[in-house]
This record gives sequence, C-alpha cells and structure tokens, in this order.
Amino acid sequence: MALILPTDSTAAHPPSLHPAYTSTVLRAPQQPLILVPHTLTELTGPVYGHGKVRDTDADLTVQHAGEPLGERIIITGRVLDEDGRPVPHALVELWQANAAGRYVHVRDQHPAPLDPNFTGAGRYLTGEDGRYRFTTIRPGAYPWRNHHNAWRPAHIHFSVFGPSFLSRLVTQMYFPGDPLFPFDPIFNGIPDERARERLIARFDLETTQPEWALGYQFDIVLRGREATPMEEPHEH
Amino acid sequence: MSTDSTRPEGITPSQTVGPFFHYGLTPGTAYPHVPVSADGHVAAAGTPGERIVLTGRVFDGAGEPVPDAMLEIWQADSDGRYAHPGDGRARQSNSFMGFGRSDTRADGTYRFETVKPGKVPGPGGREQAPHILVAVFGRGMLKQLFTRAYFEDEAANASDPILALVPEARRGTLIAKRHGDTYTLDIRLQGEGETVFFAV
Repeated sequence: MALILPTDSTAAHPPSLHPAYTSTVLRAPQQPLILVPHTLTELTGPVYGHGKVRDTDADLTVQHAGEPLGERIIITGRVLDEDGRPVPHALVELWQANAAGRYVHVRDQHPAPLDPNFTGAGRYLTGEDGRYRFTTIRPGAYPWRNHHNAWRPAHIHFSVFGPSFLSRLVTQMYFPGDPLFPFDPIFNGIPDERARERLIARFDLETTQPEWALGYQFDIVLRGREATPMEEPHEH
Repeated sequence: MSTDSTRPEGITPSQTVGPFFHYGLTPGTAYPHVPVSADGHVAAAGTPGERIVLTGRVFDGAGEPVPDAMLEIWQADSDGRYAHPGDGRARQSNSFMGFGRSDTRADGTYRFETVKPGKVPGPGGREQAPHILVAVFGRGMLKQLFTRAYFEDEAANASDPILALVPEARRGTLIAKRHGDTYTLDIRLQGEGETVFFAV
C-alpha cells in the first residue's frame, strides 16, 4: 500500500509568523510557499534500526552516578499515523530542563541550579505497537525574555521520525492544568484550541507506579496514511 | 497489522525546536553523555559516489546570521536510490542512510559531508535532477521549513519538474555553487533573496 501525506493535515501546525513570539518576526518567510507534488524524495525518509538505541537512553534517571532531584515521572504513548495505525521503529528523541527549570545547555543563563545527575536527553525506538516509554523527572518552568515576566510552561521537547521525511515532527509536550498556558505565545501559536490540547499529556493512574512514579500518556500523531486501493499516491 | 478503530482527530502540531536543542539533537562532543542519532557526517568512508561538502550560512530577515538553527537533510545515494522501503529498487550500497543533521555555528554556518546523489524518479515518469531535501528548524521557527539543494553543474536542472514550478527569478536560491568538492548554498529565511520554501 502506498503512503499518502494529505497537505490539509498541516493546518494543525502554527503559522511561521506569530508576532507574539517575537523571534518569529525575522525568521518567517514573507514569500508564499511553493506547492509541489510529493515525489519519491518526500515519500521516503530515514530508517532507524534497533542497534542504534540503548536501554538506558530511555531512562533519564539512570544516566549518571546518582539519581536526579525532582518528581519522578513515566511518560508513555503511541506514535500513530493519521489513520490511528501504530508507527513501528519510529525514533523518538526528547530533551528537557531539570526540576529547577534549568537546561544543561551551555547557553542557558537562568540562575537556577544545575543537577549533576541530570542531563535531560533521551531516545526510544518504538516497537511494533508504536509505543514508547520514558522515565524522567518533571521539568520546571523557566523564564525567558520574550516579553515582561515571561515564563514557559513546563514542557518536554519531542523529536519524532515517521514513515517519511514529511512526517518528521519536532514539538513540545505539556502537563495538564499548567497556569502558564494562557500567557505562552509558543503554545498559543497553534491557532486551533483542540490542536493545542493534543500537546497536553494526560495523567494516567494505570501508568502511575505505586511508591515510585506518576504516569502520563502522550500519543503523537504523525502525517501520513495509507492510500486506499482507489487512491493514487499523492500528486497534486 | 492491528488497527485502533478510533481515527485521530488530527496530527500533533509542531512547536519550535527552541534555543537549547543542541544537547538533545546535535550533542557532538560537547555533551558526552548523549548518544548521537545523526550528524553532519552523512557518508561513511568507502560509500560509493563523489564525495562532496554541502555548506552555507543561515540568515534572518535583517541579514544577520542565525546561530541557533538546525538543518536536516535527506538524499538518495549516488545511484539515485533511497535507503527506504518506499524505494523498491535494488541498491548497490546498503550502508548509506542518506540522512544528516547539522546545527549552525555562531556565524550561521551549517555543514554536511556526503556523496552527491544521483537522479531520482519524479512525477509522471520524469526524472528529477540530483537534489537534497532540506528541513530547517530553529528558535523562532514554530515549524520546520522545507527546501531543496540542487547543484549548479547539473545539466538536468533545466528539465527538473520541481524547479520548473519555481519562478525563474527565485530558482537560484535552490542551486548550490561549486568550488572544488564544496557546494555552497545559503538559506535566507526572509527578505531579499529569500530562499524558496515548499508547501509539501
């Protein structure tokens, strides 16, 4: 069966220009994007193998000599296509701030403590059921200079590979009930409220492990579905 | 394959890669605890084909270099074949993945060491000139932008079906200039000489 990538689906994404997020103002194209057909180039993409990912890549609490400080959490979910089919062998990468809201990144100047036991980067290759699972700590909110008293809601950055290069997604996962949502221009850059809500993980008591860690479910839906026999591969 | 009967209401929307992606996505040697999923070394030694460097700088609408962008590339091998089950043709080399990732330096420079791709099939049975698909991510970019890198010394550019859809005056923004084994293509996100980006 052939892969198709409906262009309409991309309406869920934020526009490139969202002036409330001031850094978009000089980085968004002004010329219209040029519509081109999907060729073999667009309909293929990198394929990762199991040898590429180690077990410890998925547990951000065991990557150093000691345990990181913070609230231990489990994040799991499925990588799906637009039809709800699992995407197997999808590489999921994540990175995040520590519990104090500080990134290990050399350019992060926020005066909150670094945690010698936390880097904050992980990877997972989904199984046949499209599922991934990470153990980490809940990141803190942190300030940025987009506007006066600007704070990012707590979030975890996700990078996901799907069946084609056009399925590629970089996004951020948020936590339910964050009081900073109304003030965050990055979250609110997504025009559709229901699309925004898809970035909020769901607390899940089933995933929560007694005496150990809170659990969250976060499904990721990538571009792409299989053509029905009546449909030709996408050429528009 | 088992299918979930509930069709998702839509795709997961994009968010910016932010300013601090390096230790997660392009750790290099700066963050030794982080494994490298991909970097600018796209073709291992011994990969068949002509070895080239694809490099350039990324600029914003004020003409300033963008020091916190990330580029990802996807390309065919030197025979024009993709390392993906969607390309059913037999491949000579199976070690070449065709995927690379580069952050930009303080002066906006990205860099890939790879092999020059061959021609690949295009729409309606027409051949596409050798090209590399490029995705641009960055702080201040709420979603990735897609563009292509073509090569100035390829006669096939004149009949490429995708280039033909680009207004002639802007085609040059997609064509890398050659000096020795290095092809240079700057990416201008906005303004004069703005790079052609595709709706795909």
